[in-house]
Amino acid sequence: MDLAYTEQQQAFREEVRSWLADNVPVEALKSFDTEEGFTQHRAWEATLNKGRWGMVTWPQVLGGRGCDLIEWLIFEEEYYKMRAPLRVNQNGIFLLGPTLMEYGTEEQKARILPKMANGEEVWAQAWSEPNAGSDMAAIRTTAMLQGDKYIINGQKTWSTRAVWADWCFGMFRTDPQSERHRGLTFILVPLSSPGITVRPIPQLDGLPGFAEIFFDNVEVGIENRLGDEGAGWGVAMATAGFERGLMLRSPARFQETARRLVELYMANRASADCDPAVKDAVLGAYLDAESYCLATYQTACRLNKGGKIGAESSTNKIFWSELDQNMHATAMSILGARAELAAHAPAANGVGTWLDGWLFSQSGPIYAGTNEVQRNIVAERMLGMPR
Amino acid sequence: MDFTFSEDQLLFQESVRDFLVNEVTPERIRASWLTDSGREDALWNQLAELGLTGMTVSEANGGLGMTVLDFVLLAQECGYVGLPEPLVHTVMVAVPLLNDLGGELAEQWLPKVASGEAKVVVGLEQNLLVEDAHVADLLLMQQGGTLYAATPDQFSLCYSESVDPSRKLFTVELLDSAAPVASGEQAATLIARTLNRGALGCAAQVLGLAQRMIDLSVHYTGERQQFGKPIGSFQAVKHHMANVAVRLEYAKAPTHRAAYAVATGQGVAAHAVSHAKLVACEAANLAAKNSVQVHGAMGYTWEVDLHIFMKKAWALANTWGDAGFHKTRIGERVFATDAVLGAGATFV
Repeated sequence: MDLAYTEQQQAFREEVRSWLADNVPVEALKSFDTEEGFTQHRAWEATLNKGRWGMVTWPQVLGGRGCDLIEWLIFEEEYYKMRAPLRVNQNGIFLLGPTLMEYGTEEQKARILPKMANGEEVWAQAWSEPNAGSDMAAIRTTAMLQGDKYIINGQKTWSTRAVWADWCFGMFRTDPQSERHRGLTFILVPLSSPGITVRPIPQLDGLPGFAEIFFDNVEVGIENRLGDEGAGWGVAMATAGFERGLMLRSPARFQETARRLVELYMANRASADCDPAVKDAVLGAYLDAESYCLATYQTACRLNKGGKIGAESSTNKIFWSELDQNMHATAMSILGARAELAAHAPAANGVGTWLDGWLFSQSGPIYAGTNEVQRNIVAERMLGMPR
Repeated sequence: MDFTFSEDQLLFQESVRDFLVNEVTPERIRASWLTDSGREDALWNQLAELGLTGMTVSEANGGLGMTVLDFVLLAQECGYVGLPEPLVHTVMVAVPLLNDLGGELAEQWLPKVASGEAKVVVGLEQNLLVEDAHVADLLLMQQGGTLYAATPDQFSLCYSESVDPSRKLFTVELLDSAAPVASGEQAATLIARTLNRGALGCAAQVLGLAQRMIDLSVHYTGERQQFGKPIGSFQAVKHHMANVAVRLEYAKAPTHRAAYAVATGQGVAAHAVSHAKLVACEAANLAAKNSVQVHGAMGYTWEVDLHIFMKKAWALANTWGDAGFHKTRIGERVFATDAVLGAGATFV
């Protein structure tokens, strides 16, 4: 055990820091759930890609840097410290990208990954259906192979980024006689295809961060199937594995929220201390963010040495989503009567983005598999409790 | 950056775990409660033969010359079996203090500790009472700003019963003949370091205790049937245990980092130890609460083994600094005007 960064790692951090200092937009971008903000974020992805900072863990030939997980953590730390823009293409680069590298054909990789990397093609996910949420195996949207095309009919919902995205990926039932996990196939669909209707769904903040997608005899070429027909469940689980795992929510994000929470508390100490529970909650949030960081470094080091992610990784999403909610709840308590005010409200007076964060934190325990489903997984697969 | 244990460290953990699980059974612990001292020379000698009592004793003094970082995984295993013998105290607290004191005292006692012939016990004012003073051949005792060394003829004891029948706690009265061994700034430094090591030992042990409580609960709820199925198949029961597993999972890395910081003498050690002690004890307290719940009425009995581990976890949560003490220490750092926090600050 040696808990010091190597010279090489420190040099890498410096390189990240100086590039970000030169390139991160001075003025914060608009939300990527607005049309203007989406365009701005797409342009930011292109800027990142030009500097080869878009996907640091991707191989060099694909525009990445072949970074290991520790370098990735360092990159994320500097990224969040600099308050660089959120990643509009995260469904693509963190979820589909690694899955494509594992299951995709050479043709698919060459066709899809470069445009994903430079933000030219932004990806939405299309997992859930009205009757297939936590019970994902209940998917009913069909994709029937006719010649060299799939004909898709049905409906997906809660498709994050689908309003302005270019493509979506998801699971479709290719064998209508099949049940549950069998007969599902992983297919990539251009959202510009004839027969697709996207109906935006406003989220708690009023912006259309997700959408319903209706498929009415949508034709998709067989070259857009990822993995074998009927093997979709396995491919999807690999994607969900990345999603639940390290990539989606790096510790840096929560450590920066915790740091800002300490600052907020210090700036409002006189009023905040009227409720003695607040100080304790701030301290608890700071410790949990640190614990999450330490545990992630420990896992990353183990994986770098050839270890495998085990069932214990299903604790990850429960931990960070509840931490995020707790931190923002504490911030709301500290802000008191100002907590309800939008950042741009005349009386807001430096209330900042806590309200947006609070609203977003409500989604954490729900998306990417509800925390109830995650707890079942922890109990059954990690602890071995009976089904 | 390498936050992993070595193959050797992991293998040692495995072999010590096998030994402890086989030897230190709940039946043996219950039998020890019926003896006067609650301690077994035969078991202590076995631990010494494995080299465990001398792990942090230098090779020159007959030990293995290792650090508390080498021992932290073994301390977890001691917790897992609820070991009554003062092994964690010896390796993580008493021997390091003797090493720090050095001189004749260390040369006289360390070889005997390594061989298992003698036990050395440390008493700090932070702890109301002194653990295992009744089996101490040498007591290192804080009184005010001074550390004293005393042999059994130089102190008197008054026993206080703990909720955990395995814990033997004493009020110690030093006689005038006890010899001062450190005072002033030197003593203050040694006392602070000792407190950190003791708290680290608690954190590591309660990680093991929490795991044991999970294992017992998973086993029990897998067997116990109601409504025609094992109660462990009900989500309400599963989620109690999943909640413990989550808190426990995220208490491990802070404890291992604290062990590293203590072993390498990093300035961040006190902060890291307080972090570890808080989150590990929080996980263990939750393990106790949820385990007793899923055991139902059985969990409230003396007969079921759960209480052996639950009571030790309760006791350790408030020794070597309670939650208030450790939160205050962390608060002093986090709420300082020049605090360096946030992304990238963890390992600085």
